Amino acid sequence: MTDAKTMIDLQNVSKWYKDFQVLTDCTTQIKQGEVVVVCGPSGSGKSTLIKTVNGLEPFQSGQILVDGISINDAKTDLNKLRSRVGMVFQHFELFPHLSITENLTIAQVKVLGRSEAEAKQKGLAYLERVGLSAHANKYPAQLSGGQQQRVAIARALSMDPIAMLFDEPTSALDPEMINEVLDVMVGLAKEGMTMMCVTHEMGFARQVADRVIFMDQGKIVEDCTKDEFFNTPRGERAQQFLNKILH
Amino acid sequence: MDWLTSFIQDLQLSGPALWHGLSITLKVVISATIGGVLIGTLLALMRLSSIKVFNIFAKGYVNLFRSIPLLLVLMWFYFAVPFIYTGITGNYLTIDTALVSSIVAFMLFEAAYFSEIVRAGIQSIPKGQTSAAYALGMSYSQSMRLIILPQAFRKMTPLLLQQTIILFQDSTMVYAIGLLDFFRTNYVRGDLMSLLTQYIIFAGLVYFTISMIATYAVKKLQRRLSV
Repeated sequence: MTDAKTMIDLQNVSKWYKDFQVLTDCTTQIKQGEVVVVCGPSGSGKSTLIKTVNGLEPFQSGQILVDGISINDAKTDLNKLRSRVGMVFQHFELFPHLSITENLTIAQVKVLGRSEAEAKQKGLAYLERVGLSAHANKYPAQLSGGQQQRVAIARALSMDPIAMLFDEPTSALDPEMINEVLDVMVGLAKEGMTMMCVTHEMGFARQVADRVIFMDQGKIVEDCTKDEFFNTPRGERAQQFLNKILH
Repeated sequence: MDWLTSFIQDLQLSGPALWHGLSITLKVVISATIGGVLIGTLLALMRLSSIKVFNIFAKGYVNLFRSIPLLLVLMWFYFAVPFIYTGITGNYLTIDTALVSSIVAFMLFEAAYFSEIVRAGIQSIPKGQTSAAYALGMSYSQSMRLIILPQAFRKMTPLLLQQTIILFQDSTMVYAIGLLDFFRTNYVRGDLMSLLTQYIIFAGLVYFTISMIATYAVKKLQRRLSV
């Protein structure tokens, strides 16, 4: 894995809301095919950090390179860069006025310029992959939360992303629906998708993560392999967090 | 019941003129609504934009039109615009000034009100929807056109229609610049035939009936959209 190219490269990223610093000198690299889980207590800045990666959250200092392209360079076509990075949100954010098929195809057609037919073929193939082919003509409100999140993953995959960002994809779900979403994510990880996941699902982290990043108060406190994170004694703050979350 | 029979007899003669008056009223209301919603949407987008100049312009526009009487706007367009036009070009306006200035005045006036409705509509759509659109690589205009505005308009439609019903009633104000809309046609005919009271009561009943039916229809639509 060490010789794979770096997909996401964060260098000393810092962000302030007025006087309040939300991110402090965050530096990490994610290589192609790597699965990195970002965890930490609420308010630690992990959601903010993942949103800086595709420019949804601006930051004031530092640099982020995605596939070698700088996010905060004025010359970068941010829309184009975003279309190459898939993102899955906590609250799914399917478009409620569009059918499932339209949700899957709209960005392919309008952003990537694919034909309706090609977009539909691709979208429906991913819909089948997440096991929801039967729902192609329904509207988001007719699906359960878990199903909506799987459609959201299919929507992101339809764009053929070079990496996927997951922002607490299971936190808004009822417990019995979490696994159906995690199963899809595990499948993706095993296929070699580059993934950055903000999540509290430590089972998922244990199963497929290559590395775990632990954040606290806007800083990356731990950045190590999964085995190091779960097995060897950690810094005090991470240990406290693990004790709370694993019981 | 002599007053009623003579009125009904005269109604048969004035029917075509009244229909024409009603068509003028509808022309003003429909054009002003469509134009007002378009301009209002533009103003709402300017108001919500992060560009300061747009912001100030939209704010100023809304405040200006909310602070002057509709009647004044109407008269201003009727008297001032042809005057300015002649002053600049040296020609006389050959269009139907009363109709055009009514439509333009109502359009610009209603735009101020529609823009506030549209703004509230846009703000009612969760921010995550914009994030999702951006994350898929959409531009600002694509995210607005394809994702945010279609949802916002669905939510706003009852309010916009309610405002149109108010506009329908307010449109009688074109009386002041002599446009023969439905109300003024009734008034002129009634005055001419000494049946003024009957015609005014009749006009009131027609406005009442149309407004009531429209309000009922909007309520029904609202219930359907909220499901």
